[in-house]
Amino acid sequence: MTATAPAPASAKDERLIHRSVLRKLLGRPELGSVVGAVAVFVFFSVVADSFLRASSLSTVLYAASTIGIMAVPVALLMIGGEFDLSAGVLVTTSALVSSMFSYQMTANVWVGVGVSLLTTLALGAFNGFMLTRTKLPSFIITLGTFLMLTGLNLGFTKLISGTVSTKSIADMEGFASAKKVFASQLSIGSVDLKVTILWWFGLVALATWVLLRTRFGNWIFAVGGEADAARAVGVPVYKTKIGLYMGVAFAAWISGQHLLFSFDVVQSGEGVGNELIYIIAAVIGGCLITGGYGSAIGSAVGAFIFGMTSKGIVYAEWNPDWFKFFLGAMLLLATLLNAWVRKRAEATA
Amino acid sequence: MTDATLTKSAASPLVELDDVSKYYGNIRALEGVSLEVHGGEITCVLGDNGAGKSTLIKIIAGLHRHDAGAFRIEGEDVSLSNPREALDRGIATVYQDLAVVPLMPVWRNFFLGSEPTKGAGPFKRLDVDLMRRTTRAELLRMGIDLRDVDQPIGTLSGGERQCVAIARAVYFGAKVLVLDEPTAALGVKQSGVVLKYVAAARDAGLGVVLITHNPHHAYLVGDRFVLLKRGTMTGSHLRTQITLDELTRQMAGGSELEELSHELQRAPEPHLGGGAADTGE
Repeated sequence: MTATAPAPASAKDERLIHRSVLRKLLGRPELGSVVGAVAVFVFFSVVADSFLRASSLSTVLYAASTIGIMAVPVALLMIGGEFDLSAGVLVTTSALVSSMFSYQMTANVWVGVGVSLLTTLALGAFNGFMLTRTKLPSFIITLGTFLMLTGLNLGFTKLISGTVSTKSIADMEGFASAKKVFASQLSIGSVDLKVTILWWFGLVALATWVLLRTRFGNWIFAVGGEADAARAVGVPVYKTKIGLYMGVAFAAWISGQHLLFSFDVVQSGEGVGNELIYIIAAVIGGCLITGGYGSAIGSAVGAFIFGMTSKGIVYAEWNPDWFKFFLGAMLLLATLLNAWVRKRAEATA
Repeated sequence: MTDATLTKSAASPLVELDDVSKYYGNIRALEGVSLEVHGGEITCVLGDNGAGKSTLIKIIAGLHRHDAGAFRIEGEDVSLSNPREALDRGIATVYQDLAVVPLMPVWRNFFLGSEPTKGAGPFKRLDVDLMRRTTRAELLRMGIDLRDVDQPIGTLSGGERQCVAIARAVYFGAKVLVLDEPTAALGVKQSGVVLKYVAAARDAGLGVVLITHNPHHAYLVGDRFVLLKRGTMTGSHLRTQITLDELTRQMAGGSELEELSHELQRAPEPHLGGGAADTGE
């Protein structure tokens, strides 16, 4: 059949010349968010004098990292075609379990941290298991988990400690080393960087590698893009989805431990509403809400935009009440830009 | 049997159905159907809606067991219980609703579910180079010259997607390719493209079962023709034994069509404008 093949594989295809580097860039899911991030950066650099200082940028990065750590697995889950509305309160649950277990058992805090990891992963697996078993939309399943966890967080905390926050574990064994891992500051020159930024970058790198270079990553795109076709060629659709929910749980554990060890107590009502911010970061970063398309790096850019906006408003000395308005406008603009860019890229591919 | 004359090839056929029947409860879905699939040949199964084509595919693809007769793969009697078993024996089925994920690049789709990896332990990763190279080479071998294996498969035309699915089946070791109405949803030009790749698969030595209700498409590439009607086999011919006109006539129902044309003829005394006579009738 080589007779019908016009060009050898190595030769440049003459039809490819129109697809320049720019066009290739336009085809990336992150592009819209990068353009948005540059615009936001320039905007705040102009209106807020103190925005460009190194200390300000480290604050921005910290704000971005607390959202970004969760936005990474939420983006992966969204590429896999599902939502997790329980992600926000799961962070709080993870922190509460860790804190209360250590306190009640008077154990080394690392024991609590370990128990928290297992509990949180089990909750993630529960989400995934319920989803694949009942075949209900993930919106409903995780909305249920969200409400149940919100109630459990508050109910258990009040039951055990009598107030809405946990008891301080600052004087307990292992606290110092755990704080070092989850909530320390690294000084590079005159700039203080929070350790969460490292966790965040690490997770982004890991998720990008998994997504683009492993079989599991291939399956994530497939189950989100066309689950039936994926199953027909032998992709374990259910296991993939359960795995993605456990990924969210793992990141919730990291975030939860940071929450706990940044201070030494946990407020049981925290986390409500954050699940939407994670989803916003993923969508701004180019994840398709219907699944099958997106990137981990995009979610990081989305989180960075969030960090810049939330802190930029403060540096510009505006009333922070306006923040939500900006976030909403950003979401709409980014989604429109993404849709437009993708249409252009596909039309000229 | 009409096909007694057909079994003249020296080697035993890749797939052979001999007087196969299938019943669903008291419904006779297929009765007494025989066909042969040889390497490097295309066996066309023609029939109208409800003729039993889907049942035939399901038996060959391993979705259903046959109830009577013999199903032989390379001369060995078999009774397949699931599609995996059929695949393991080298029978790949490409269904109309294709198993592709539109937003994923062609090369990721090509290997989906059977991705090659390199490295070990936590560093086990996709062999992306191999995947890209193989996809391009395999498609080229089938005569499909893709602009870019990185483009989402959804940007390909229906015909091209069908071709990728065929190339994929060939690469993963299929000896027999079963194609379910590959040209049904396609335009004239696209159908031509797909038929070209069907021929390419044949030239690569595969046995092909082409299910269709279009005798023109079948006659373009077919070596053997099996006609089904209401679950029974109404004809089995070698290409040398039948003309396109005859195939079309038999496919369209032959004598039934004559009957129909007779029925559709104008009545001998058509009603002519007379008002009173009509109301009286």
